[in-house]
Order: sequence, then C-alpha cells, then structure tokens
Amino acid sequence: MPQPRVDLSPHVSDEVRKTTCYMCACRCGIDVHLKAGKVAYIEGNRDHPVNRGVLCAKGSAGIMQINSPARLRSPLRRIGPRGSGEFQEISWDEALALAVSWLAPIRETAPKKLAFMTGRDQSQSFTSFWAEKFGTPNYAAHGGFCSVNMAAAGIYTMGGSFWEFGQPDWDHTKLLVLIGVAEDHDSNPIKIGLSKLKARNARVIAINPIRTGYNAIADDWISVTPGTDGLLILSVVHCLLQAGKIDLNYLSRFTNGPCLLNSDPKSDGFGLLLRDDDDKLLVIDRRTGQPCPFDRKGILPDLAGELRDQEIVHQSVFSVLVEKYLSDCYSPAAVAERCGIPAARIRALAGELARVAFDCSIEIKQRWTDFRGDRHESMIGRPVSFHAMRGISAHANGFQTCRAIHLLQILLGTVEVPGGFRFKPPYPKPAEIHPKPHSRSQRDCSLNGPHLGFVHGPEDLALADDGFPARVDKAFSWENPLSVHGLLHMVISNAHAGDPYAIDTLFLYMSNMAWNSSMNTPSVIEMLTDTDANGEYVIPRIIYSDAFSSEMVAYADLILPDTTYLERHDCISLLDRPISEADRAADAIRWPVVEPDREVRGFQTVLIQLANRLKLPGFVTADGEPLYRDYADYMVYHQRKPGIGPLAGWRCSEVNEGEDENATRGGRGKPNPKQLDEYVKNGGFWQTLIPPVAQYYKPWNVDYQKWAVDLGLYDSPQPYLFNLYLEPLRRFQLAAEGYGDRQPPAALREQIKSKFDPFPIWYGATDEHTAAEFPIAALTQRPMAMYHSWGTQNAWLRQIHSQNPLYLPLSLMRELDLTDGDWVRVTSSHGEITVSVTGMAALNANTVWTWNAIGKRKGAWALQPEASETRKGFLLNHLIHELLPAKGDGLRWANSDPITGQAAWFDLRVKIEKAEHRSEARPTFSVMKSPVGLGPSELKWTSDK
Amino acid sequence: MTSLPTHTDRKLGLVIDLDTCVGCHACVIACKGWNTEHYGAPLSDQNPYGEAPSGTFLNRVHSYEVLPDSGEAQVFHLPKSCLHCEDAPCVTVCPTGASYKRVEDGIVLVHEDDCIGCGLCAWACPYGAREMDAAERVMKKCTLCVDRIYNENLSIEDREPACVRTCPAGARHFGDFADPDSNVSALISERGGIDLMAEQETRPVNKYLPPRTKDHFDEQIDVLAPLLVPVAREPEGFMRWLDGALGKLDGRSVRET
Repeated sequence: MPQPRVDLSPHVSDEVRKTTCYMCACRCGIDVHLKAGKVAYIEGNRDHPVNRGVLCAKGSAGIMQINSPARLRSPLRRIGPRGSGEFQEISWDEALALAVSWLAPIRETAPKKLAFMTGRDQSQSFTSFWAEKFGTPNYAAHGGFCSVNMAAAGIYTMGGSFWEFGQPDWDHTKLLVLIGVAEDHDSNPIKIGLSKLKARNARVIAINPIRTGYNAIADDWISVTPGTDGLLILSVVHCLLQAGKIDLNYLSRFTNGPCLLNSDPKSDGFGLLLRDDDDKLLVIDRRTGQPCPFDRKGILPDLAGELRDQEIVHQSVFSVLVEKYLSDCYSPAAVAERCGIPAARIRALAGELARVAFDCSIEIKQRWTDFRGDRHESMIGRPVSFHAMRGISAHANGFQTCRAIHLLQILLGTVEVPGGFRFKPPYPKPAEIHPKPHSRSQRDCSLNGPHLGFVHGPEDLALADDGFPARVDKAFSWENPLSVHGLLHMVISNAHAGDPYAIDTLFLYMSNMAWNSSMNTPSVIEMLTDTDANGEYVIPRIIYSDAFSSEMVAYADLILPDTTYLERHDCISLLDRPISEADRAADAIRWPVVEPDREVRGFQTVLIQLANRLKLPGFVTADGEPLYRDYADYMVYHQRKPGIGPLAGWRCSEVNEGEDENATRGGRGKPNPKQLDEYVKNGGFWQTLIPPVAQYYKPWNVDYQKWAVDLGLYDSPQPYLFNLYLEPLRRFQLAAEGYGDRQPPAALREQIKSKFDPFPIWYGATDEHTAAEFPIAALTQRPMAMYHSWGTQNAWLRQIHSQNPLYLPLSLMRELDLTDGDWVRVTSSHGEITVSVTGMAALNANTVWTWNAIGKRKGAWALQPEASETRKGFLLNHLIHELLPAKGDGLRWANSDPITGQAAWFDLRVKIEKAEHRSEARPTFSVMKSPVGLGPSELKWTSDK
Repeated sequence: MTSLPTHTDRKLGLVIDLDTCVGCHACVIACKGWNTEHYGAPLSDQNPYGEAPSGTFLNRVHSYEVLPDSGEAQVFHLPKSCLHCEDAPCVTVCPTGASYKRVEDGIVLVHEDDCIGCGLCAWACPYGAREMDAAERVMKKCTLCVDRIYNENLSIEDREPACVRTCPAGARHFGDFADPDSNVSALISERGGIDLMAEQETRPVNKYLPPRTKDHFDEQIDVLAPLLVPVAREPEGFMRWLDGALGKLDGRSVRET
C-alpha cells in the first residue's frame, strides 16, 4: 500500500504580530500568529532578550486566556448586595460619570479618603503618577504581600536584588545556590539559565523544604526547616570567617567594611558611621594610617582600621562584624537542630562555596577603572551565584534573612563579578538615590511627591502631624518603617477598623482581595460586606478593574472591565521594573495585536479618561485640555523629566542643522511620534548593550556609570559602597533607645531595639507556645504551569492543575495513619480547614504544602459549580490572619515583618488530625452569581477549522 | 493488519534529558497549541470549565518520586509522547492501514481519513502514547511535527517540533538517530541514552538521558574539610590573621594611575 501523502508545508498563519506576554510576571516576547484576524498560535520570540524564543506552558496557553468565558464584557454596576454577583451592564459614559461623581468630591475635600491599590500591575510608574496627581497618599501595588523583603533588603544592602533587579551570570557561574524559590520568578530565564549550567556540568545546590521543579534537578538538596534559612546562612558565614575564606580585596574596596563605627555605647552616636564635614564616610587608608573619605583616589581602605575621634573609639565595620559572626551561637553545631540540617552538611556547604569561589576563580581579560581611579588589568570572578525569592521573603524575619544572603554573597566577593550575581539596568541603584516616601495630602492638590520610597531614619517616616500613620496601610510608620512597597494586604483590614482612619472609596486593579490575594479570606469578605448602624457599607464604595470574572468582582460597586493582554497597549518601562538583562538595558511594549470584541478598555486608558474628567494636574493643560488621548499617547509623549519618558527606545535626537531630522536614539531624547511603530517593527522591544568595559563591577565601574548617565538611568555618576552594616536600621534603634525628636510609640520600642540590628540577624518567627501547639510549618508554592488565580479559567492549564492536595511528609502520613486521598483537619491559631492529602517523600519532615490559588469560589471565573477547584481545591489563606493573635494589650499587631511590613505568609504553623472522608473541602462558601455566565461543556476550538 | 517498513532512510526522533527537565509542561501546551491548528483534526477538550476536565494531548509530563536506598528522596519528571518505535506494535495492529511508519524518516503517523476509531493501536502501545479524540473519534498521536520539520513556510531554524522549540530548560533535542554524527547521536553516546521500557522490545527511536547522580554532600565532607581549616577561632586571632592577610593584599592586582 502506498504511503498517504502528507502536506509537509501547510500554511502556518497569515501574519505574525510580536508583543509581550502577560500570562505571568516574566514579560517574555511572543510571536502571535493570526489567521483571518484571529489568534491561531503563540510561540516565543527568538530575538527577545528575556526568553530567547522559548515559552512556558502559560505563555503558549495564552490563546485560551483571550478566549476565556470568564472575560468581562461591559462595565457593570452592582444592583444586588455585595458578594451576590448581581450586576447591571452600563455604558462606559455612565461608568466614567459614576466614578467621577464619587472621586471628584473626595479630591475636593480629602484626597486621602481614596485608597488606590493596583495589585499585579506592570505599569506602576504610571498608576503611581495618577495617584500622586489625585493627591491621595494611599497608593501601593502588590509588593508588600509578595517579596518586598527581598527587594528592600537587596536595595538597602547592595543597590538591587534578585529577579527584576539582577540575575546569576549564567554564562560563567560554576555553582548556583537556589534558596527558597517559589518556582515562579523568573520563569523562563531561570530555566534557560539552569540548562546552561547543566550543559557544562556546573553544580546546583537547592536549599528548600520542598524538592520540586528546579529543586528536583539540583545536584544537592538541603531540606531546611521553613523560617530558618537566615540562621543556616549565618552559620555558613561563621564557617567562612573562621577559615578566612572571604574576599578581603573586594570587601576593602567595595563595601562599608572599612568604614568607621562609633563603638562607644555611652555616646549619642553609638553605632553610627563616622563622616567628614562633607558628609562623606571615612575610612583609614592602610598606606598612611590616616582617616580619609572612602572615595579618595589611590587609597587602600583598611578593613581593620580603628580611630579615636574626640575621645570616641571607632572600629571598622568589618572588625565588629567578625566579632559578631565568630560567636559560637552561629556554629553549625549550634544551629543544626533548629535548621533541620546536620552540622557536617552545613560545613560542607560552606566548604563548597569556598572551594568554587576561591579555588575555581575566573578571570576575564578586560581592563577597567574603578571610582577611585584605580585601574584593574582584568575582571576577577568568583563563580558562585545565588537566587532566592518568596520562600525567603514571606517570613517575619525575611528582611534580615535576605540581608544575610546578601552578606554571604558579598563576603565571597560574588556580586557584580564574572560568574557571580549581576545587576540589570536600571540597577544597580543605591537606596540613597531612590525617592523618599511622600504622604502630604491636601484638598484639591497633588501629593507632595512619589508615594513609595526609601527611608533612612525616623525623619523620613510617613507620619501625620499628630504622629499617627499618614497612610491607611500604615506603610512607613513605626510599625514597619522600611515598607518600600506599601502594604496592600492591610488596606481593607485597616480601612474597616478605621485604624488609622476610615476611607470613602477603595479603588482596586487586578488584585483578587476577596479571595487568594488576602490573608484571612473569610474575614476580609466580612469586612467588604460589613455595614454600619445606618445600614451603609463600612467601606462605602468599591471600584474594581479586572479583565476577568474573579472573586473580587462580586464585591465591587462599579466594575471597569479591562482588556486581555493581547488587546492593549502597555509599556514595560525603565522607569519601573523593565526587561533588562545583566548585559543590556531593554524595555518593551504591548500593543493590540487583536481588537477587543467587547465593551472593555485598557485600565490605563480608563485612568487617563478619569484624569481628564477630573482635570488632574499632569494630565491636562492649564486650560483643562487633555494632554493624552489614551495610554498609547501617554507612552509616547509623557516626559518624567526633560528627555526621559516611559519608553527609552527610538527617542528623537537633538538635531543640528544639516543633520538627519529623523535620527533617533535610545535613552534620553525628545518624544518621537513614530516611537510605537518602531517598537512594533522591532518585535515589541528595544535594547542596547552595555559596552564590554562596563559589563561587570557596575556600582564602581566608571565606564558603567558614564554609560548609565548617558542613557538617563542616573543624573550623575553614583558609585557607592555595599552595606555590610545598614546604618538606617541603627537610626531607628537609636530612636527606640530614646534619642531624637521623633519617638516610636512605647509598645514598639522593644521590637525596634531587638529586630532592627544593622547587621543581619536571625530570630524565630514563632513563639515557643505556638510552636508546641502547632508543630508543622505550612507553605504554598505556585505551579510553573499556573499564575495566581488566572490559570483556572484556562481550559488547557486547568487540565494540569485543577485541584490541590495538601502534601504531607511520609513520616506524618504514617503517624496519622493516612493514605493518599484521605482527609485531614488542618488547624492554625486562626482557623481550620478540612482538605484531602497526598504523601510526599521529598519534603522536610516538619512541613506540609500545597499549590497556591488553585481553589476557587463557586460562581467565579465562569467555572461550572461542580468544578474541582471549587470542591477539592482550597486555600491556605483561611488559616492565616493579617494580624497576630491578640496579646492582651489592645493593640493590633500585624502578621508581618516588623521592618518592611512584608506579609508573613510562610510563618503559618498548623496541627493536623485525620478527618472523615468528605466530598468537598471546608470551609465552603455560598455560590456567587456569575456576571458572565458559565463556560461551555465542550471545546472544539480552532481559529479556522 | 499493517506492515512496518523493513528499513527507514532516517530515524528522526527526540532525546529527552531527564537530568534537566523541571516538569514545567511547556512542551505539553506548545504541542497542544500547534496540533490544534495543524495536522488533522483539532485536539478537543471535554468539560473544559467543569468537573474533571479532559482533553486530547499528544504529549504529557508525569512526575515520580524515587526513594534511594540511602540519601534524600528524589523527584523526576518524565515527558512522554509517541516514541516512533522501529517495531511499532500500534502500526502492525491497525486494521485499516491508517497507522503507518514513514519509510523516509521513520515517523509514525495516523492517516486520519482511514482511521475508524477502533482504538486497537492505543491498546497495543505499551507507552499509552496515543489518545482518541473524544469529539472527532479519531486517533491522535505525536507527529514529530511532520508539518513543521519540512515546512517551507517556516524559517529553517523553526523547522523543529513545537515541543523542542519551546522547551525553556533545553531538555528536548530533535535529530536523526541514523546519522552517527547528529546532535542526538552524540548526546546519547556521551550521556548513555536509554530506551523507555526496553523490555517491551518495541525498539523506540526516542531516547531518554538518565538523571546524573545526586546528593553528594555527605561523601565529600572529608574532601572539603581542609578548605575550612580555621585561621582563628576568636575575634582577636582573626584580626591578627586579617592584618597579615591585608599586608599581602596591598597593591595586588592594582596599578595606580
């Protein structure tokens, strides 16, 4: 029988449009294939700096997102009680007029009565600008409950952190240590990087209570007990110091190790660093033995320096550090039991780090010059790199733990060197050149500056004249002074409690606060629906924008439906957190590769339309005429300062006579009306390579500094020292000790004195009583094939994860006489859930975990009511309160890091008991009416068949 | 019953690296997307928004835990699709000739016009690599993207299976096993490529690279111990050591200008 004829060259598609993915926060480049105007297939863009052509499951499944039955279709006005899902479709004119009728009086009387919180927003430089011009101090995105500890500790310590701020030097590193990664940020780049390491037999060590995903392919697995990573790291530091396996040259030149610390406990400035009259940090020059400014040409800063200044002894930061970490309390034997890691293995980890850093060092033959003018013949690399994210971050000790990781990196000399960890432009950027927080709100006025920023002492806190927090989330207050991302997770709770004050309107974007994005979900639902004595809602008005019928939709009074990511303009801006790689600066756009077929509008465009109606400064001329038609218009024409706009690519050059009038350049330049066309032609992104001489040692490299100034990342060169010692923390401690005008409330003094150690410390997040009653740590992580709640409406992705068991270590399964599929009651100090279990061997013996945000409320996401997610899926959120259990002092103590306010999700402790078999997980919730109907029972989807 | 070719000119197939696969399912969905649009009937989904959703997939990832005799538990991810066997029982069992193995490259395909949906081939395949599409009642299986790898409408670099093109971890490789100098032949010779369930004697063309041995920490402790010989145990001793070490450091790797 002859072989059948196969068409080997079928028509692939009519057209490929290149834009930026938004199926998670990675922001990969995608090629969207269209047939007859419909999206037919999505694959990775081979030219794109983030993903180099590859694409994860979520990205390829985007086609099911833009065809999701859960897409909102029209503005909605609530007609039933909150939570019922009863809505009436209204026109955009009606919707905008209604929103303005609520917002205009607030702005005219008390702008702080608006809380504008933007969730998983990728346009924060724009949304924060809007909130600033509205005049409310109450703006934040989701960082406070995500990974602010990581971001804040990184920027305060070394001018940048992991993920969007920096990455391992994938092409040169010989040892990668993954700590506590929740397998999401960064999705494709980490997988690409891991494959590079595997291809050249480089080693990967995973420190994680759970061995899945990246940890599964690691060469070694260290199953640390949750919340003890900081202690483990400081024990490694102890071993390295004892053995002298630290990079003295690096520490002396590039850190504040040689800076001089007031060591006289009786003096006012105890613990502060010595500065000269120009406010420059002083060090001792080993060549002369004399004190001099840290950046003076030709000096060799002395790590062991000591100085008596006006009778006060000053010791080098480094000598104090050595004394601290050589203490026996950090020895492997002392920490082994608490960390769940044998002492010998901690020593082996330290030994392996030392071996690779110092015996396998690499050298790139590239001359470079540092900020002191010293010329270096080559770039020396210590090829040890690290990556960490939420698993480290989401603890009440997360800030100090993140600091500990950075301390270890710096002691090994592995930051911004070949084979180590590298920053991505616009990082490195020290905390000092970030804005400070602004919170002065007046009627009918813009705020006095950007909301979010970096405090350097009590004088920078966002406090009202009465000393109470100026922001409703209490960010930048004594409760959490370094809350650089705000505290989205406290807004509803505080607004409901009227602590520090009540609000009028809660305006949320892309933030599923009535479900998986809140701790303590059932109580948050009660707060959203609670009424006062007059029967009015305690939070009077709620406006929400989302593209999909999420659980939060049902709790809003007005819905402003967003587009999907393929139907909109967006900019992934250098003013925000761009898509740069360590060797290049890059930014990107989204553009409507298909037009919406519903009455929906991109949220950023809606904000501009609201701003135009409200006549907000910055959005309208002096005559009240709109400056921007829509978000695309803003992306091109907005200038944050002269020559600097949201997009750095293809800006217009200053043209001299006789030169090409169409010349464009990257970085600084005038707005270019054709800018977006250029982005589209170039695949949706722009990039410029860092020259070889400037590729490493960026914080101190004069050529990098020049390049960054030229591009507009800095206004002037900004060389700085890494902060082994974090002086701002000491300034808060001094206040707590009674120094200075701005004093913390009495109840917070002890917390500030003990937790704000300027050197990284470890403290347990759980008191002994709680630990005894609730002996098991409970964690969540996000599957690689799902992103938050979004994946469930996706017909392809939900076939991979449509329910989530609680994974239990086999020892616990045996102890409780459980087999897979049995049910357990899980109890925390706050609540109780009943869920089904699956045993897992590759799991820390004191830990249980589940996939995050698989569980769904009946009626949300256009799912059929019997969908597995609504019956077998569950959230651990029900067990976690945003406050700690009452201490009997009448105060509301947040369940968060006392330094940054980061939500301490991963401090959850539970006890587990066997339960009767059930058909549905507990707690159960009533069914909401779906405002978009339910999805079909069969999918025979194709674009053209 | 259908016969197999006695010889194929090329042996196209995949090498899947189990040491590198992180189990992310990128290959699963890229395959679903491409094959919903191309080669034969689209891949349907039943109950896509209800209880127990199910659909047709040509490639799935399975995860396993392994408990070694000693040491830590391990987790492996096993992506599985048609292995394009040389002795493919799914072909010989086909009553209509719809299932066949191509003479030119060894790819096993289903000619859907001739498929009666009897399901014998899926029963015969020891790997469970074939799936009956519930909407079309036609047998679906991996085509090795036969409509990509020769497709003149695609750039040359894109002429590879969708799963290989998308794999973020670089765990999937496509090539000709009949060519001893090909990328895939080199990989299996270097890393010891293995047959999945060799005892089934289907002679699969696709090969798997085994995971490298893991968890060496405990055995290397002695080797590393000398690296951590203390220079000092007390801060005073450390500062004396430091002073000496800094003395040696002065001027090293630095040239003044």
